[in-house]
Amino acid sequence: MNLPEAARQALADFAHCPGWEQRARLLMQWGERLEPLEETERCEANRVHGCESTVWLVPGHAGERLSFRASSDARLLRGLLALLLVRVNGLTAAELAAVDVADWFAQLGLARQLSPSRSNGLNAVLQRIRALAADASL
Amino acid sequence: MSLPSPWRADFPAFAAFTASRQTYLDTAATAQKPQAVLDALLDHYAGGAANVHRAQHAPGERATLAFEGAREKVAQWLNADNPNEIVFTRGSTEGLNLLAYGLEHLFNAGDEIVISALEHHANLLPWQQLALRRDLKLVILPLDGAGDIDLQQAAQLIGPRTRLLAVSQLSNVLGRWQPLQPLLALARAQGALSVVDGAQGVVHGRHDVTALGCDFYVFSGHKLYAPDGIGVLYGRARAMAKLRHWQFGGEMVQHADYQSARFRPAPLGFEAGTPAIAAAIGLGAALDYLGEQDEYALAAHEAALHQRLLTGLRRFDGLRLLGEPHTALASFVIDGVHNADLSHLLGEQGIAVRAGQHCAMPLLHGLGLPGAIRVSLGLYSDGDDLERFFAALHHALDLLR
Repeated sequence: MNLPEAARQALADFAHCPGWEQRARLLMQWGERLEPLEETERCEANRVHGCESTVWLVPGHAGERLSFRASSDARLLRGLLALLLVRVNGLTAAELAAVDVADWFAQLGLARQLSPSRSNGLNAVLQRIRALAADASL
Repeated sequence: MSLPSPWRADFPAFAAFTASRQTYLDTAATAQKPQAVLDALLDHYAGGAANVHRAQHAPGERATLAFEGAREKVAQWLNADNPNEIVFTRGSTEGLNLLAYGLEHLFNAGDEIVISALEHHANLLPWQQLALRRDLKLVILPLDGAGDIDLQQAAQLIGPRTRLLAVSQLSNVLGRWQPLQPLLALARAQGALSVVDGAQGVVHGRHDVTALGCDFYVFSGHKLYAPDGIGVLYGRARAMAKLRHWQFGGEMVQHADYQSARFRPAPLGFEAGTPAIAAAIGLGAALDYLGEQDEYALAAHEAALHQRLLTGLRRFDGLRLLGEPHTALASFVIDGVHNADLSHLLGEQGIAVRAGQHCAMPLLHGLGLPGAIRVSLGLYSDGDDLERFFAALHHALDLLR
């Protein structure tokens, strides 16, 4: 598997995480790494609906490579978003289509966060990312 | 003092929750089922399933007797005049939708439907959509600071154009018993029909629909320790007669030819298709089970637990209760902490509570809150459940702050 450096770092951090408290602390630390959004980017057009919290997803790309930015008003969700983006950013749309994101979160010990009963919105964000990537047909 | 529940052992789910280290405090969303209900389901299926009201054979007769027996139990539980006033539905939501379609023909443009600001979406959206279809005005009764429908304003807002009043008995977010008697009197004085959403209220204490004097009352089985997929619409005979049929097919028909048909009156005329037979029988069993318990001991246990819940919550810095809950539940937010973060960390610790908008988006929006956490209790809840919850909440806040 050809993982970007940040994703390898995430795996190293989370894969050996001993318990839920440590995992929660790590998630919050990872959330801090999200590049802040401009006030104008926190707009309705960038809102992802279907989340219990407010989530913004800002699409972008560098050449053929996807480059999303995201944020939320909930801290743990910011961490989950960071972990999603490190796996997604830098891929082409075709590469993204082949990525098993559920498996990615499972490797991080966070499988439950993507389960269908979760209303945290991670699924909604992922669907939006996939739709935007497909539309941009990079 | 641990406040044990003498009823807990009757609910096999708690053995499973203990084994999987889960603390179930989401009974207002759905309740666990006593062994007596599970036995009734098994008896029905293992004894030979058959459809109701259709067959001459013995299994069909057995199923029909059990199904109609459940209807009689519901009628007795609510003190309805007779079982024909009891229509089985899929749940409260379907009951309210049935009413919004079945009564539609009574409304003319400009007529008013009155609901309150605290209604669950199930008692908002069917009326909102009816208002849009028929060009009606949907009037929203405001709340006072404690979380009750404001009676002074209600007296102004329920007027001569009011054709229907639909209100909750007990709020699923605020846990307040609503002042039904004066509200229903206001509706009666204007000749308006009245609908009570008993989804939460029916679970706590016994309610007498005849004494209450409402035209319609709906509730769901699954919150009342019975199976899901079954609910009840009570309609006082005179009010029930105003309903037009809304779903067609099955035994609701009296006579059909290719171009026209005649339909049965309530209740069968409003139970199109094969009903949830086993679930209805299960509901009857749940009522039998509840009827066998000491009503006063049960109410005292629920009151003591609720008191302990409120006392415990008030010890947390920055915690704000939504309204002043009377019973069964408490919703809260904590200043500076996102409810999604809290619910995430409570979930990690095996605490099953509800987070979010509780199917009452306009109410939460009106309170200026993106969401809240709700803890809700059942007769099987105990003091240890609350202690585990409080400890987990402490722990979560330590991490977040």
